Amino acid sequence: LRMAAAGAAGHEKQLAPTLLSFFIYNPKLGPKEGEEEKKILFYHPNEVEKNEKIRNVGLCEAIVQFTRTFSPTKPAKSLHTQKNRQFFHEPEENFWMVMVVRNPIIEKHKDGKPVYEYQEEELLDKVYSSVLQQCYSMYKLFNGTFLRAMEDGGVKMLKERLEKFFHRYLQTLHLQSCDLLDVFCGISFFPLDKMTYLKIQSFINRMEESLNIVKYTAFLYNDQLIWSGLEQDDMRILYKYLTTSLFPRHMEPELAGRDSPIRAEMPGNLQHYGRFLTGPLNLNDPETKCRFPKIFVNTDDTYEELHLIVYKNLTSAFLCLTASIPPTLEFCRKLDSIVGPQLTVLASDICEQYNINKRISGAEKEPQFKFIYFNHMNLAEKSTIHMRKTPSVSLASVHPDLMKILGDINSDFSRVDEDEEIIVKAMSDYWVVGKKSDQRELYVILNQKNVNLIEVNEEVKKLCATQFNNIFFLD
Amino acid sequence: MGRDPPGPAEDEAPGAAAAGAGAGAGAAAAGREGGGGEEGEGRARGGAEAGGCYLALCARPVHFEKANPVNCVFFDEANKQVFAVRSGGATGVVVKGLEDRNPISFRMEDKGEVKCIKFSLGNKILAVQRTLKSVDFLNFIPDSPQLEYTQECKTKNANILGFCWTSSTEIVFITDQGIEFYQVLPEKRSLKLLKNQSINVNWYMYCPESSVILLSTTVLGNVLQPFYFKSGTMSKLSKFEIELPAAPKSSKLSLSERDIAMATIYGQLYILYLRHHSRTSNSTGAEVVLYHLPREGSCKKTHILKLNRTGKFALNVVDNLVVVHHQDTETSVIFDIKLKGEFDGSTTIHQFVLPPRSIQPYQIPAAGPASVTSQAPVPCKLYSSSWIVFQPDIIISASEGYLWSLQVKLEPVVNLLLDKGKLMDFLLQRKECKMVILSVCSQMLSEPERGSLSVIATVFDKLNHEYKKYLEAEQSYTMVVETGLSRSNPLLKRPVRTQAVIDQSDMYTHVLSVFTEKKEAPHKFTIAVLMEYIRSLNQFQIAVQHYLYELVIKTLVQHNLFYMLHQFLQYHVLSDSKPLACLLLSLESIYPPAHQLSLDMLKRLSTANDEIVEVLLSKHQVLAALRFIRGIGGHDSISARKFLDAAKQAEDEMLFYTIFRFFEQRNQRLRGNPSFTPGEHCEEHVTFFKQVFGEHALMKPTTF
Repeated sequence: LRMAAAGAAGHEKQLAPTLLSFFIYNPKLGPKEGEEEKKILFYHPNEVEKNEKIRNVGLCEAIVQFTRTFSPTKPAKSLHTQKNRQFFHEPEENFWMVMVVRNPIIEKHKDGKPVYEYQEEELLDKVYSSVLQQCYSMYKLFNGTFLRAMEDGGVKMLKERLEKFFHRYLQTLHLQSCDLLDVFCGISFFPLDKMTYLKIQSFINRMEESLNIVKYTAFLYNDQLIWSGLEQDDMRILYKYLTTSLFPRHMEPELAGRDSPIRAEMPGNLQHYGRFLTGPLNLNDPETKCRFPKIFVNTDDTYEELHLIVYKNLTSAFLCLTASIPPTLEFCRKLDSIVGPQLTVLASDICEQYNINKRISGAEKEPQFKFIYFNHMNLAEKSTIHMRKTPSVSLASVHPDLMKILGDINSDFSRVDEDEEIIVKAMSDYWVVGKKSDQRELYVILNQKNVNLIEVNEEVKKLCATQFNNIFFLD
Repeated sequence: MGRDPPGPAEDEAPGAAAAGAGAGAGAAAAGREGGGGEEGEGRARGGAEAGGCYLALCARPVHFEKANPVNCVFFDEANKQVFAVRSGGATGVVVKGLEDRNPISFRMEDKGEVKCIKFSLGNKILAVQRTLKSVDFLNFIPDSPQLEYTQECKTKNANILGFCWTSSTEIVFITDQGIEFYQVLPEKRSLKLLKNQSINVNWYMYCPESSVILLSTTVLGNVLQPFYFKSGTMSKLSKFEIELPAAPKSSKLSLSERDIAMATIYGQLYILYLRHHSRTSNSTGAEVVLYHLPREGSCKKTHILKLNRTGKFALNVVDNLVVVHHQDTETSVIFDIKLKGEFDGSTTIHQFVLPPRSIQPYQIPAAGPASVTSQAPVPCKLYSSSWIVFQPDIIISASEGYLWSLQVKLEPVVNLLLDKGKLMDFLLQRKECKMVILSVCSQMLSEPERGSLSVIATVFDKLNHEYKKYLEAEQSYTMVVETGLSRSNPLLKRPVRTQAVIDQSDMYTHVLSVFTEKKEAPHKFTIAVLMEYIRSLNQFQIAVQHYLYELVIKTLVQHNLFYMLHQFLQYHVLSDSKPLACLLLSLESIYPPAHQLSLDMLKRLSTANDEIVEVLLSKHQVLAALRFIRGIGGHDSISARKFLDAAKQAEDEMLFYTIFRFFEQRNQRLRGNPSFTPGEHCEEHVTFFKQVFGEHALMKPTTF
């Protein structure tokens, strides 16, 4: 739709926002003049000339210092310029992360020459601030805190870790498709009946008992969370990693219809019920590498270093375990033999229940509302606007302008504590409704010809009655 | 079981007396086998030393004067009474029972040697057999003729083998040529023949519990003919044949009454046949074969109990368990036919449940009750050859003058049956099981014998299976009663709640609350156990009581596992209830999201709208409360004062204005006038409104 519209306007081309630079510094590391370079811990793109790096870092430092005089506890979070926008984030004391995003551009042709129009107001501060915060959370999940790296091996160690992590991670940032969901960074929960849920509980408890190096377990089905033994904040970022990076990476070859290379390598596949998405590729090969990614959780408190084991059964059930010591091949075999058969049974239970529920609620027949729901309390997120997440993009099925309206409403909501309701009449028969009740937010996009405010309100009420009748959601 | 002991033991060795009692295999059985008891002995001795006796003689036995040349002793299985007859009754008869503690004593004329003596049910009439041809009667009913009267058997040339009372006035004579069923007419001092049946009888056996008499017929004696008696009627049940271990060489009596017993097990009548080890078959030892004898239909071989040993045996049935005593090793084993066995298509083969153990050592007071203090008690010789065993659970020592009932002790079983699932199957069938089961549950939750979660789950499932069965029976009973169908079904009875019904409150009080309070287990285990119990209840579709949820919440809160709690509530694992919602509200200060969880729960309950309003008002969310109550259509009946109070406390003038205006409009709509009535007690708020917004801001009444 968007492309067609652009084409109709005639020789207009829209250039999406892109990452210009990304750097991390600590002003305490090079306080003296002439030592400014020492402050810089990471700089992307690395090719940038040293003095420019120092200049850019210095500018950010100055802005933060300057704004601090007006608001000591809340210094500047972003800086708007014509061409780009800078986002500042201080995740740990004196450690600053800066992300510079170029504003989207409309390229026009005037007299045969390209003319660039920067769209200064397109980017939403909250969306990109959240992206920056997630960069840190993701780094911390796999590397621990900046401070811990310094303690472990000084600045050198920290620089190495940052380089190693962000070099790859920044390539996976898809700034052009960031939207409200990035602000929420929520978790999609799999709807399930009580009995099946209890069976899963029982299964996990018994599994943790027999595999005693397992500390916490998370259970997912269809990319949706069912159970997390990890704390909410840790699960939030781990969920993002699993659903936007690890799972899609393993899903795509299967979807493409050809056997995954991993399976082809497993001659003894039949004995196995599932496979490891992290760790050994082939349980029968004694030479196989048994290396699991390390993750760091509860960093504010007990600071636990764990080994992430992700096991997928042949259906869509995922088991995500964390072990306190490095798991051996022996352990993996045991896990496969204990967990595999039970997981298969559970997965078919879940699937069956899911289909029953769908039939009962008649989910297929309902009018398709386009909405996003988010609950700050349990991070539950539900969107009928977004397509399936892939490693490349998480696409919204509505016009970006509508998504921007959603983002604006969200910014309004975050400014006040009270319950609110905002109804926006958007272009071409679109209505956008935002509701905030206690800690819950709901955004609905309606597209009906010739409706008035009252009718829109009625429609939203209908939606609430069908989708959210079991929670306290004020009309 | 069989006949009365032959009583006067003066001319018989005590061992022979035991054999003659017909309860066990006795000496003759061992003799027939040629004494092949060595293998069994070695095995059992080891067992006996290991301790943990699960069988015991009752603490208060019946003591009677032991048999001697002038004192004859008889036992009546129907009334469970011991008769001590001195000098043919002339110097006194003393009757003592296990149940009736007061002995009955009387004298009767010595008319010759007493062969058999029994009271009718309720001790109404005494029957004494002194000859082979007749039985004498004596009334014990107050104000009835006291003179003896006699009944001769009707069949010519028949000898009376014995008699059995089937009620307080009905008696059956068993002769070698058939049975005769009489009604005794005590007032007339005579008997009326109700029915008789001719049949050649080798021996007979009576089961008072089921009113069934079993006759051994045919030359070999292995065709058994049962009769059933009920209020004046006698019915012939279908006869059946006991398979003998090997084809008998000659045509002589091959099935002895010593090898047969009758008992009710789990409400069903069974014939127990002790089949001795035969050298020709490849069986590893003797076995007990159970024939199920239904009231209607034919008798079927259903169970085989493997004894894995040879020698002399005796049988008892206690608490629906078949107890087999083995004299050679002085140990006993027990079988439970409800436990899983090996099914071969027609019969189920069972091994003994527990390793063989001796009956618990027993101390006999040294002398009569008067001198108890002066002398130390003497250990009683167990498995003595002078023991006589009766069904279902009676053991008599004729030589020492004691009658005991045999009892099963459940505590020692706990340490002998290590498979907890099997242990539960066993315990759940026992009468006095509740406290033992609860202690097993406590034990498996705490060190040093902590069970694995899957074992714990199995135990919970077994308990809840039993619990659910009871709940269902109770429910269908209530339904029948409520629908008035009970009148058409007089047999309908309220289901009995046995000790095996362990409900949530039992588990909570005796096991779970104690376990969570002890805090010795890691919290992960504690929560897993609670969830496992809740899972099990749900699996059996039993509604979970809120105190269990409270226990879960308490434990989670203690360990700051709020996210876990949140997830449980999110998936409705902790079912909605007002008490739970209130508990959540109280957690708000330590876990703010509890507020939202609580409100959601109240909303789902749909009966808690008042509570929702209260919660919102307490948080000064006056507008939200008003919108909520309007949403459910309750805004016409709410108290204006309550909302205005809350609005004033919120210290928000605009809010107060809005709320005040809302009620003015309501007044207008309901009464045609915006002002408040005195009954609403809003004067203070009207004054406040005037103060802040001025008198002119008050709504003017609309006139039509």
